[in-house]
Amino acid sequence: MPERIGITLKVNGEEVRQEVPVRLNLADFLRQELALTGTHVGCEHGVCGACTLRVNGRIVRSCLMLAAQADGCDVQTIEGLAASGEIAALQNAFIEHNALQCGYCTPGMLFAAADYVAARRPPNREAVREHLSGNYCRCTGYQSIVDAVCEVAAQDATKGGHK
Amino acid sequence: MKAPSFSYERAESVANAIELLARHGPDAQILAGGQSLMPMLNFRVARPAVLVDINPIADLAAIRVDKKGVFIGALARHADIEHSGEVAEQLPLVAAAMPQIAHPAIRNRGTFGGSCALGDPAAELPACCVALGAEFRIAGPKGERSVPAAKFFAGVYTTALEPGELLLGAQFPARQPGYVSRFLELTRRHGDYAMVGAAAHGRLDKGRLSDLKFVYFAVGDRPIMAMGLARAVEGKPLDAATIDAAVAALKDDLDPPGDLHASSVLKRHLAGVIARRMLNEYATHKGA
Repeated sequence: MPERIGITLKVNGEEVRQEVPVRLNLADFLRQELALTGTHVGCEHGVCGACTLRVNGRIVRSCLMLAAQADGCDVQTIEGLAASGEIAALQNAFIEHNALQCGYCTPGMLFAAADYVAARRPPNREAVREHLSGNYCRCTGYQSIVDAVCEVAAQDATKGGHK
Repeated sequence: MKAPSFSYERAESVANAIELLARHGPDAQILAGGQSLMPMLNFRVARPAVLVDINPIADLAAIRVDKKGVFIGALARHADIEHSGEVAEQLPLVAAAMPQIAHPAIRNRGTFGGSCALGDPAAELPACCVALGAEFRIAGPKGERSVPAAKFFAGVYTTALEPGELLLGAQFPARQPGYVSRFLELTRRHGDYAMVGAAAHGRLDKGRLSDLKFVYFAVGDRPIMAMGLARAVEGKPLDAATIDAAVAALKDDLDPPGDLHASSVLKRHLAGVIARRMLNEYATHKGA
């Protein structure tokens, strides 16, 4: 029985081939094997949202997915998302509004926020809160995070309207 | 914590999954969306020797509509069901429940079959399946079989699935004219497990309900059909007296054990609140 398995996946656009222990989760694979430490590990049971990233374009909890299951997938970490420029406005708004203190939740929070903004949803505080409800922040009390996301969602409105 | 050691097998087809389950026996565990199993592994509550990953079986992810109704495959992700136009049209009850299930990142990965096969009594989908009279399709070493949802959920984390079997999905009957669904759950925070919730489906004609299936979740060891409530409203005008009688009937319908989220007394109270709100929604429903 193989306790290790070979996987081939794309991480931030680059192909990665590696042999991994089958029990290794995707978050630990990215952090420990690829040194992509922007993916944070909080609760390790899918509650805190710190490890949120994109697999095949959809946000998922990387602590609840095995690295073995990412075989053939297209993974985007916060390093890739930031470098792409897609979340530049969100990053600026987070700084402007003090939407982070320790920063531990921020990568996952940005993925969830980017999901909201990309869907062109309106700057509605309640809807933003609901969308971010799976991401814990223990510093800000969320107000400033919701402020930042609403500001970017509102900017987006001037560019092409909401759904 | 980290998951304990296990061996990992990928099932490429239903037949292959059944064969792998047979080969590894009771030590094997099916891995679908992993949104409950992975936490259990990380907590080391579950320690299977072998994980049989069914995610590669693309056929199992389909949502199909035909004359018989809607078939939701076991591997359909919550997000796919949530955003399916066919589900919204044919199964408005299921469509109403989907946004209440956890959070977007969980719904992108969690599966219909995983949620049903786990048999968590606080889960939304099992109650919807019971209310709509769905039939679960199950594959096993001896072939396929069907089990009605009302008989599928057998207790806390317990279903009619036998060792070595694989849930293929659920067949929902075609939408019947005149039937209206309602879904409501009370949680401490959006996406949390319900303190109490209910899925309802019944025929609404000139402000009167009949053939009502009013199914509670998070109030027992499985989805609980409120029979007394349904009898109390059957064919009657949905006025204050009828709704009071329906809420009073819950005393014998439910005997909720307390849990982390709410005491037994609070659950009883909230079950009444939910019944009242949902029946009032039926009473004011337009277009029936």
